[in-house]
Amino acid sequence: MPTTELLLGGVMMAALCLYAVFGGADFGGGVWDLFASGPRKAEQRALIEKAIGPIWEANHVWLILAIVILFAAFPTAYSAISIALHIPLTLFVVGVVFRGSAFTFRAYDDRNDRRQQRWGLLFSLASVVAPILLGVLAGTVASGEIHVVAGVVTSGYVAPWLAPFPIFVGLFALALFAYQAAVFLTAEADAAGAAELTSDFRQRALIAGALVGAVALVTFGLSFGAAPRISAGLTERPWTWPLHLATAAAATTAFSALWKRRFAVARFAVVAQTVLILLGWAASQYPYLLVPSHTLSSAAANPRTQGLLLIAIAAGSVLLFPSLYVLYRVFKGERPFRVLDRSKE
Amino acid sequence: MDHLTYARAQMGFSLAFHMLFAAVGVALPLFMVIADVLFRRTGDRDWLEFSKRMAKGTAILFAVGAVSGTALSFELGLLWPNFMGTFGDIIGLPFAMEGFAFFTEAIFLGIYLYGRGRIPGGLHLAAGVGVALSGAVSAFFVTLVNATMNLPRGFDMVNGHPTNIDPLAAMFSVPWKHETLHALLACYQATAFALAGIHAAVLLRHPKSSLFRKAFAVSLAVASVTALLQPISGDHSAHSIAESEPLKLAAAEAHFKTQTHAPLHIGGIPDVNAGEVHYGIEIPSGLSLLATHDPAAEVKGLNDFPREDWPPVAKTHYAFEVMVGAGSAMALLAVVAGFLAWRKKGLPDSRLFLWAVVASGPLGFIALEAGWLVTELGRQPWIMHGVMRTRDAVTPFPQLLPPFWTFTFLYLFLGVTVVYLLFRQLRAAPIEAAPPSVGGSDAHH
Repeated sequence: MPTTELLLGGVMMAALCLYAVFGGADFGGGVWDLFASGPRKAEQRALIEKAIGPIWEANHVWLILAIVILFAAFPTAYSAISIALHIPLTLFVVGVVFRGSAFTFRAYDDRNDRRQQRWGLLFSLASVVAPILLGVLAGTVASGEIHVVAGVVTSGYVAPWLAPFPIFVGLFALALFAYQAAVFLTAEADAAGAAELTSDFRQRALIAGALVGAVALVTFGLSFGAAPRISAGLTERPWTWPLHLATAAAATTAFSALWKRRFAVARFAVVAQTVLILLGWAASQYPYLLVPSHTLSSAAANPRTQGLLLIAIAAGSVLLFPSLYVLYRVFKGERPFRVLDRSKE
Repeated sequence: MDHLTYARAQMGFSLAFHMLFAAVGVALPLFMVIADVLFRRTGDRDWLEFSKRMAKGTAILFAVGAVSGTALSFELGLLWPNFMGTFGDIIGLPFAMEGFAFFTEAIFLGIYLYGRGRIPGGLHLAAGVGVALSGAVSAFFVTLVNATMNLPRGFDMVNGHPTNIDPLAAMFSVPWKHETLHALLACYQATAFALAGIHAAVLLRHPKSSLFRKAFAVSLAVASVTALLQPISGDHSAHSIAESEPLKLAAAEAHFKTQTHAPLHIGGIPDVNAGEVHYGIEIPSGLSLLATHDPAAEVKGLNDFPREDWPPVAKTHYAFEVMVGAGSAMALLAVVAGFLAWRKKGLPDSRLFLWAVVASGPLGFIALEAGWLVTELGRQPWIMHGVMRTRDAVTPFPQLLPPFWTFTFLYLFLGVTVVYLLFRQLRAAPIEAAPPSVGGSDAHH
């Protein structure tokens, strides 16, 4: 039986994975809104708006859940991270606020082009900035550059995160989210029977997929110097190897399925790829929550709170997952994650 | 401003802003659902239109509430890391539950907003009810956190660390009943008064519009009922606070000396050094009566507590006066509305009355913010009463000026935009029985 702190860490990781998949795709949608181009610019943006409109708020809440679990179950780690990463956290929050509000304002503001463009620009720029910062935060936590001595952060407020490794993790997150979104949008355009739009997004997905691979290589290379624990976790532990092989398989499958225009397979594989990458990160960093000062057990809340949290999470999930299922069923087809032909509206 | 003041100002500004949206996000779905039920019952398309408008408002405000709430979940740590690090596992449980309730609200809202006409009517209505319920539940849980901060229970402090933690006892600390009741009622009341005010303003221009008459009737009804219930809830709160948070009560009432037959001060300027209230109206035995229902009872005054533990007396007192004043004005309006409706056997719609409703439109939100200030200021100088002082909770991050201005401008920008968009929605109205020229002049309003 795993310990309660491991279970809570697992739940937090699950929430982060779901955020990376669903929230990540919504951010990626914003990226493609920024890069909308060619003769079908307007159609591209319309497809993005349709795809994320009904669900982005629900997708966004995975982040809130992850944060709440972090501070309820691992309060000292939350506290140290909040102090050391004050600047990137603030910038990330600003990005999140602009992304969500600008997207909503665009939907409810005047349909006049200039207004729409301004909101659209704010929405899409925020969608680019927020994933980079999210990656920077994750990269810094993993790098081991945040030092906490007797509860006091001694590593300063800038140097740990304004460094090549965290920044490349940020770029990696951006590329990955954009890739996911492009694959999802390709599949949605294909299901809607819009052949040209499908090829627009397929092309974007292929470019983004290649970028994901390139940035991953650089990041991995940097990790040897900058995040020794991560690189050791990635390479030296025997039990992380199956995980990496699975990640590689998912990545290859996603890319080749995209190439062969088997979009349903590509979508499934890209989701698997994202989840496996996050699990690989978690496994490499285990048992550290904040490298090297806080482990899951050293940061853990008192056992009674942990137990009650797990009960609350279980009870909440009973409510949550069926309603999420209904949401996706209504907006993404008869089965969840399958695309509804929305062109019939 | 010094370091601590910047942190408090940023937190206060963020919360004050978020609260407006959160309150509307809790209450507007109720109107949406009422209108839906009435539409299903009567088939009158006015109700459908009203419901759609409420849904649009909910969509805009919920999105802003969601992102500003996310910001807050980070700001707690960004500004008060020591508080969160020490007490995260004590206040974390209700926050986690709030998270789930909020999640459910977001999901149901997605189904409701985008599902009209696409999913069966019954399921659509059920989703609306789900939004209204989960909004209320999430407000309930988040208010529990405040109750715990006001009167920490369920743990012992040993060497600056909570031990022997009983998370459920902490979650349901004594003030939980009156705080949740008072706060939830305030959400509905504030929203209802704002809606009634807006619709009264429209009726002044378009007195015959059947849509707005209906919208006005529903908002006025909810406003009146909540305005009459809230003083009862307030009395219950005063009672409870007199027992469990006497220092807060003393500050709110500017009650300096412990005494029997304690007087009630209405208005006036508290002089902290002299321990007196100047220029106010003094009602003999009033405070004893309010706090205990016994005019002879002894009420603890500020002098019974060490000076270093006093909240900012004047500010707490003013906030309290504003809350009670606004609440009384709203209750009075509710009585007048009830009387007029009874005499007329219909919707009271005289111009004078409509103007009064317009004027009281902001009162609910004023009272909501003032009431929140009372509970927050009245807890100072503690973040966790009696256990951790606010100044010991603040972040060591040295530069709090830039984030303060960043968030201030961010929220001002959002606030202005939201108000603009809401007015745009209102103007986009098809106003029946109004000549087009009048509808056109609205555009300049």
